[in-house]
Amino acid sequence: MTGSSLLSVDTVLKAFGGLVAVNDVSFTVKQSELIGLIGPNGSGKTTMMNLISGALKPTSGTIRLNGEAISGLPAHEISRRGVARTFQLVRILPSLSAIENVIAGAVFGHVRAWGDDAYREAEVLLDRVGLGGRGGAPTGSMTYIDQKRLELARALASNPRLLLLDEWLAGLNPSELKIGIELIRDLREDGRTIIMVEHVMDAIRSLCDRCVVMSSGVKIADGSVHDVLAQPEVISAYLGADDA
Amino acid sequence: MSLIKETEQRTGGIALLLFGAAALIPLADDGYYLSMAVNIAMYAVLCTAWTLFSGPTHYVSLATAAFFGVGTYSVGLGIDTLPFPLLIAIAAVASSILAGLVGLATLRLSGVYFVIFTLGLAELVRQVVTWLQVNFVGSVGLYVFTDLTEAHIFWMLLALAALVYVTGWLVNRSRLGFAMRIIGNDETVARHVGIDVARSKVILFMISGAFIGITGAILAPRFAYVEPPSAFNPVISFQVVIMALLGGTGRLWAPLLGVIPFTILFDQISANFPNYTSLLIGIAFMAIVYYLPRGVIGLVDDIRMRQTKRHEHAAGVPEAAE
Amino acid sequence: MDILVTGTVLGGTYALIALGLTLQYGVARIMNLANGENLVLACFCAFWLHTAASINPIIGIALIAPGAFVLNWLIYAYGMRPLVDRAKNRGQLEIDSILATFGLMFIMQGVMLLVFGGGYFSYNFLSEPVRIMGENYGLNRIVALIAAVVIAAALYGFLYRTRYGTAVRAVAVNPASASLVAIDVPRMSAFAFALGGGLTAAGGALLSTFYTFNASMGVIFTMKALIIVIMGGVGDVRGAVLAALLLGLAETAVATLIDPGLTLAATYTLFILVLLFRPQGIFGRQTA
Repeated sequence: MTGSSLLSVDTVLKAFGGLVAVNDVSFTVKQSELIGLIGPNGSGKTTMMNLISGALKPTSGTIRLNGEAISGLPAHEISRRGVARTFQLVRILPSLSAIENVIAGAVFGHVRAWGDDAYREAEVLLDRVGLGGRGGAPTGSMTYIDQKRLELARALASNPRLLLLDEWLAGLNPSELKIGIELIRDLREDGRTIIMVEHVMDAIRSLCDRCVVMSSGVKIADGSVHDVLAQPEVISAYLGADDA
Repeated sequence: MSLIKETEQRTGGIALLLFGAAALIPLADDGYYLSMAVNIAMYAVLCTAWTLFSGPTHYVSLATAAFFGVGTYSVGLGIDTLPFPLLIAIAAVASSILAGLVGLATLRLSGVYFVIFTLGLAELVRQVVTWLQVNFVGSVGLYVFTDLTEAHIFWMLLALAALVYVTGWLVNRSRLGFAMRIIGNDETVARHVGIDVARSKVILFMISGAFIGITGAILAPRFAYVEPPSAFNPVISFQVVIMALLGGTGRLWAPLLGVIPFTILFDQISANFPNYTSLLIGIAFMAIVYYLPRGVIGLVDDIRMRQTKRHEHAAGVPEAAE
Repeated sequence: MDILVTGTVLGGTYALIALGLTLQYGVARIMNLANGENLVLACFCAFWLHTAASINPIIGIALIAPGAFVLNWLIYAYGMRPLVDRAKNRGQLEIDSILATFGLMFIMQGVMLLVFGGGYFSYNFLSEPVRIMGENYGLNRIVALIAAVVIAAALYGFLYRTRYGTAVRAVAVNPASASLVAIDVPRMSAFAFALGGGLTAAGGALLSTFYTFNASMGVIFTMKALIIVIMGGVGDVRGAVLAALLLGLAETAVATLIDPGLTLAATYTLFILVLLFRPQGIFGRQTA
């Protein structure tokens, strides 16, 4: 594989009291790579995302962005270093208009635009995610997919070096799913580095270069999507040991 | 975004006219009505400064009396040696430092901690000041003799009020104001778009605290004799909360809608039924929570919305009744 | 030694008040800022029972605590319940309940001021001295401490050894899950709120036997109780008792060794230390 590693996760462990949610997990993500983080429910994927974005601090281990340690930094510092994310349960800012929601991503983070620049950039992004011309719309009445689009536009507004998508495709109907997958494919063509936590296997197969599989807090596989999904550990993790 | 909108120009014009008219009050009367005007101007500044912070953050601050007292004391301690304008600057700095310290200790945590901390803050500062005075100065009170009349105090307060409004307007247009709106919506999102949530809150609290401190400093000559129980009177904190919530915290000028009626009412009650002031404050709190949760401005908005709806209705489908 | 005994007595009374508040806030999720007024009201009731009907305040608790229980049940049912139903989230409820109980605080204070005036009250009850380890202490203080210990132990037994008590604790941990295992959450909340009020009133009745009180001192007690609750960890009974003792000792030490006018400064110093280093409480676990 080519390209330098943008993100490296090194023996990271996160414990909540006695419960170890992420247990000594290591992996790297290279520049412009799109990797899928998959695994059964409760395997620690979202915790891993929270550790990278700074919503949680690892109990031990280090996370590096471009060689610089970011683990332990507060979320806003990590955001300023170029990590942006969407949330598993979509989080829109309800009292702000759609375009203000997008601008919010551009003002305080990795890029620090303000005024007309931020506004113009936000319009471009709204257009890109398929919400062109709806900047003034109140966000409360938006459909689920539109809220997800808006959240993606907000994440993109900071021009992130690393984009974390936490089940961004979950809950979409088949036709919306198609649009969603196309949108992510577009981002990949642009050369964005993306980690996506996902249950939609079709999306993983068609989008990801590589896949990291977690089960009960441990990394059980890491490699190309085709290889990984054929591994017996992965199959048994998903289907239960008896079926393997 | 960078230009001043037409509606803003109009609001500014109206505000200028109102301020001009208010500035004439001391020429008309220098007794009861002027004193009432001073009270209203004082609470207008206090409530607007309070709303500047507590409006967007939803943190109920009861620290007003502490900042106010720090301002009054700055003047009381320095009036014999330093010029008044310098003392006002000192008051601003001292109270914003106090606000900064309180903010650093509490604003990382949930709102309850903040309320509790500020609830006793005025009493704490009062105890410490009294102790320092008794042990190191020897006397508890301070005399403040100046040539400043009630009219001067009123004009200073009016100028300060203008400054608070302009500051509030500028903050709302700034990154800080935008950050506060995002924080008010969802703190988790705020952090993940790169906002240092705690720092933004502390800065805003310091701005608000500085204005309250200045108000205390301006009012110091009115007291003539400054002592801890009067300077750090905790009732001020509660009155400010009531008036601001009564008016509404959604807009910069909304607290004024609570300040004017409540100041007059409170003045009447405390003049005629001095034993009933606690009861009045209690009932006011209850009334706001149960009947006016968004303040007078919320009521006005509701009525306005209903009217436009009715207009649309009338224009669209002709209804039998009415 | 003197500091130790006096501080423990004060701490024991604080503990009852704080336990009352921690039930109200930890279980019913209402930050009751009128709790101090509830305490002062109990002081006045004990005073009145003692002077007018010459009822021993310790026995008076048997009347005062149930009375406060009923009063607080009514406050919850008619005052707080509508706010709970209306609130969209916990933050909203927090603000509403703080403001409403502020109102309640001023109303109760206002009524007591009208009835009793602003003066200080106290009465003589068991004020003969007893000698403990070479020093004299008022018998009333020692009796108050013993009564506080008995009441706190009874509460502990109830919460940790009975089914009903376990249900109350379950609501404290997670109301949503508690309702899934067929616990009537609204009923438990009302019960905990009322029980908290009863405990605080018991603390007030004990306090009145050795403390000079007046109609407007409630807010200081509310604040101390709040600080104790936070120090101990919200809803944590052991933490509240330990924090109360700590605070009682610290205050007495500062009052004796430095200046009686600086007790609040002592309280705040402890408070700030807790906020900076253990905001989740002394025994609290770090949460995600």
